[in-house]
Amino acid sequence: MSIIKTLVSQIRSIWLTFINIFSKRETIMYPEKSVYLAPRYRGRVILSRNLNGEERCVACNLCAAVCPVGCISLKKSISKTNRWYPKFFRINFSRCIFCGLCEEACPTAAIQLIPDFELSEYKRQDLVYEKEDLLISGPGKYSDYDFYQFSGVEIEGKKKGNLDYESNPIDVKTLLP
Amino acid sequence: MIESILVLFLTLICATIMSVVERRILGLLQNRYGPNRVGWQGTLQIVADMIKILFKEDWIPMFSRKAIFVFAPMLSFVSLLLVIAIVPISSNFVIINLDIGILFFLMMASLSIYPVLFAGWSSNNKYALLGAIRATAQTLTYEVFLGLSLMGVVVRAQSFNMIDIVNSQILLWNCIPQFFGFITFFIAGLALCHRHPFDQPESEQELSDGYHIEYSGMKFGLFFIGEYISIIIVSSLITTMFFGGWFGFGLSAIFWFIFKTMFFAFLFILIRASLPRPRYDKIMLFGWKFCFPLTLINLIFTAFFMLCKA
Repeated sequence: MSIIKTLVSQIRSIWLTFINIFSKRETIMYPEKSVYLAPRYRGRVILSRNLNGEERCVACNLCAAVCPVGCISLKKSISKTNRWYPKFFRINFSRCIFCGLCEEACPTAAIQLIPDFELSEYKRQDLVYEKEDLLISGPGKYSDYDFYQFSGVEIEGKKKGNLDYESNPIDVKTLLP
Repeated sequence: MIESILVLFLTLICATIMSVVERRILGLLQNRYGPNRVGWQGTLQIVADMIKILFKEDWIPMFSRKAIFVFAPMLSFVSLLLVIAIVPISSNFVIINLDIGILFFLMMASLSIYPVLFAGWSSNNKYALLGAIRATAQTLTYEVFLGLSLMGVVVRAQSFNMIDIVNSQILLWNCIPQFFGFITFFIAGLALCHRHPFDQPESEQELSDGYHIEYSGMKFGLFFIGEYISIIIVSSLITTMFFGGWFGFGLSAIFWFIFKTMFFAFLFILIRASLPRPRYDKIMLFGWKFCFPLTLINLIFTAFFMLCKA
């Protein structure tokens, strides 16, 4: 009896497979049709600039420290305006796992993961991106964020207390009220 | 003479094209596209496959029995291809009109075990040998009622000649009075072609490709195309034995024959797409305990009714 049951269920499964001829194909014809990626998709890593066109990265090394695979390497340097910037910034995309921790760790919103996954190269060496490959001209996801306009860090042209929500620092060595 | 060569080459070309057509149909059944990159909608895929298979390294393992290793794919390719000679395509178009037509088919079907066994044994590889043993055991199991399921048809037509068999179906196709014969022949035909769900000798998951694991290049291609040839042959035989061969209404005989054959080839692919591979002992059990008695009962009843009629 069970063998007849099995036969009936097999004929039913053949029929159900046959029905699929009339249903729509689910394949995404990728190179011809572009894939929709959510705005928060974690794809290619970029370095962004602020609205004045200066690079946001201050080479604090937090992204490299937090990176679980250690694919980021950079070196700090100080510009004439007393501003930190990365002398070189290198991401090895053959190791990157696109976890997004670097973006979380970045205090200046410089390093960002954008919805773009078309990163294939013929040679593995080409997957090592230098700063000029990573740096884009725009601000990326956070358009109005400028680290130096929000933090109390002193650079040339901006003393401590210059921001409108800051009070001027108290000089503890003077006796004047 | 020219017609014979034409039929032979058409079968070969159809078998080659089927390797792509099968993938397209599988795609259709599984809601995806098959190969559709080369040429318009994948029409040149067959050319790409040919180039790939011809330029692959044709490696003969040094630990193999070389003569048999080379001989096996050729035998596999030829054994069922020869059966096309006895299949009547229309009432006056058959390559050889043999009086023992069905027996010739059964002989070639039995011979088709040998290439598998040779290939598995001469590869000198455990997986290949296991695949060959499976294939042999399975084919022996299904061979028994492959013959017996046809005997009901023979009893009805009172002849082994294929043309006589088709002519005996002029009023009623054999698939209705010989329904169980048809079902069992279809199942045995699936097993004969090593098609899913009877692809035990090639099961990728357990045996990593069974008896043709050591084959590469064109030798593998011969096995590969041999499988499609056997699908075409078995479906043309189902057409001839159970679905009235060239009979049909309106259109020409050759059209009806090719249409029915294509339908059964499609059914083979449909079954591949839908059924999972059962366990090995279940397959043997199903053959011996269900199909074999069914064919015997079918044969006894057919003979009984024929005696009553006479």
